[in-house]
Amino acid sequence: MEKQLKSAKPMRRRPWAAGLVVFLGLILSGGGYAAATNVVVSEFGSPEQVEEGRKLFLANCASCHGTNGEGAIGGPSLIGVGAASVDFQVGTGRMPGQGSGPQLYKKPVQFTEEQISAMAAYVASLAPGPAIPDEEYLRGDGDPSHGGELFRINCAMCHNAVGAGGALTEGKFAPGLAGVTPKHTYEAMVTGPQNMPVFNDANLTPEDKKDIITYLMYIEENDSVGGFELGSIGPVAEGLFTWIFGLGFIIAITVWLGAKSN
Amino acid sequence: MSEIEKSYSPGLAKDIEKPIKDPGIEPHRVRMTDKSEKHARTAEKQIAAMFGLSVVGAIIAVWGFFAFPIIDGDLSATRNNALWMGLGMALSMLGIGFGAVHWAKTLMPDNEVSEMRHQARSSDETRAQAIEIVKLADGESGFTRRKLIRRTMYGAIAFFPIPAIVIFGDLGPVVGDTLRQTMWKAGTRLAKDPTGIPIKASEVTIGSVFHVIPEGLSELEHHLLEEKAKAAVLLVRVNPSDLNEDPAKADWSYQGIVAYSKICTHVGCPVALYEQHTHHLLCPCHQSTFDLANHCEVVFGPASRPLPQLPIAVDAEGYLIAQSDFLDPVGPSFWDMRK
Repeated sequence: MEKQLKSAKPMRRRPWAAGLVVFLGLILSGGGYAAATNVVVSEFGSPEQVEEGRKLFLANCASCHGTNGEGAIGGPSLIGVGAASVDFQVGTGRMPGQGSGPQLYKKPVQFTEEQISAMAAYVASLAPGPAIPDEEYLRGDGDPSHGGELFRINCAMCHNAVGAGGALTEGKFAPGLAGVTPKHTYEAMVTGPQNMPVFNDANLTPEDKKDIITYLMYIEENDSVGGFELGSIGPVAEGLFTWIFGLGFIIAITVWLGAKSN
Repeated sequence: MSEIEKSYSPGLAKDIEKPIKDPGIEPHRVRMTDKSEKHARTAEKQIAAMFGLSVVGAIIAVWGFFAFPIIDGDLSATRNNALWMGLGMALSMLGIGFGAVHWAKTLMPDNEVSEMRHQARSSDETRAQAIEIVKLADGESGFTRRKLIRRTMYGAIAFFPIPAIVIFGDLGPVVGDTLRQTMWKAGTRLAKDPTGIPIKASEVTIGSVFHVIPEGLSELEHHLLEEKAKAAVLLVRVNPSDLNEDPAKADWSYQGIVAYSKICTHVGCPVALYEQHTHHLLCPCHQSTFDLANHCEVVFGPASRPLPQLPIAVDAEGYLIAQSDFLDPVGPSFWDMRK
């Protein structure tokens, strides 16, 4: 039967023709969509972008945060949390949340830059709140020494003096800061995600925040002066290392000293 | 049955008949280096290699000193300099030590010598002699006979250390009220650490944490760190409805802004790990946890009393001020604290 059909219409299409048509179709429609999307996302906070953000919000966030961002049983109100909060929570993958527990973890980001920006614009349109920081505060060209002092006073008790992170109560923890982008660091300070307190611009001015970011970038880029960091978590790791390797070496030497030669 | 057997239970007594035999001295084992010249030569080479490594270590140390010069401002240069000099010098010293020990163990004579222990007790003759000497001295000095001299001497010895004990009083300043008082006074403005800029109530938004020092602290010329260590305060604003305030202390806070001593009442670490949603304050040293919404009462850990609260108010210009000093002593609890 098949053979008959084939012989009746000999080689009207090459076998890969269908694949080529699908491929071209995808390129055209995808490119067209991208071009159309580019037109929609013209400027942060434009009515089109806010509308786009609202749709994304309704589809992905409203079940916990309420259809107007007013909060519901599962999640807090988003009125007044600002664009910075959305950009941090969604941009680090913490939102949309996965399961309930003491703390939401960082995980692969679920949305594109444009989508995050649109949702941020929508939430920012609900009420005034902290905005996404200007690029000038994120370049890391501030005063690392002043930033270090501020970091030790305001941040180090939870995040560790060199940002290695640390434990809090009942399963919560302050995450390590290595690899966090300057933008997300800044946004965390102004919005106080989860159990982190807020450091508003009256407490730490934008210049202060810039210095703190500079300090974090400095310690990430430069070697530790004191040799092996052992995770920078302080006396526990250092003590364990000394007990095992230092004392182990001494015991091995003592045994060797006392053993008879054969 | 012997006397020993009677003093033990029958179960143990059975073993007395067959005590563990003294195995005697281990037979001397001749070393391989003594048996064969080949092994002796190998050991010789090993020792020479260890001394050679020591020389290499010394060279590494000198190389490290010049290869990683300490440059002003380059902190990692210091690290590499110290690392290679340290490794080189350690190798140099250990090489000599290991070489010497290996030499002694393999090639130097290994005659085994055993010596018997002698009795610790002196002979009866020596003991009798010692007693004689004491008696003679007593008789000649009249120590037992002359009571007046003996008793005044006891008195002199008892009084002699008293000046030394009195001097201890000068070892440090008298504590006085310093454990109960801090720099805070009625009207002192709350200022940001470390800049000393006073804080307005309007600047403290909900969920904010300010690390606070008394205004004027940085102008102190003496005891700045001591005063800071006592006066450090954590300022937090929470939703007023979240606060579960004692009616007697309700006017110690201002519209949800509360100020607590940052010094743990356990052993004095700074308690500054504040969780915005649980309102818990955690001490990083021993995990004492204080409930800020409940006058900082202890909810977990070894601390035995709440963090002292600083009563605050707002002055005419809108700045936060202290109503008074802390009403409880800050920092670790101590004896007669409540006096």
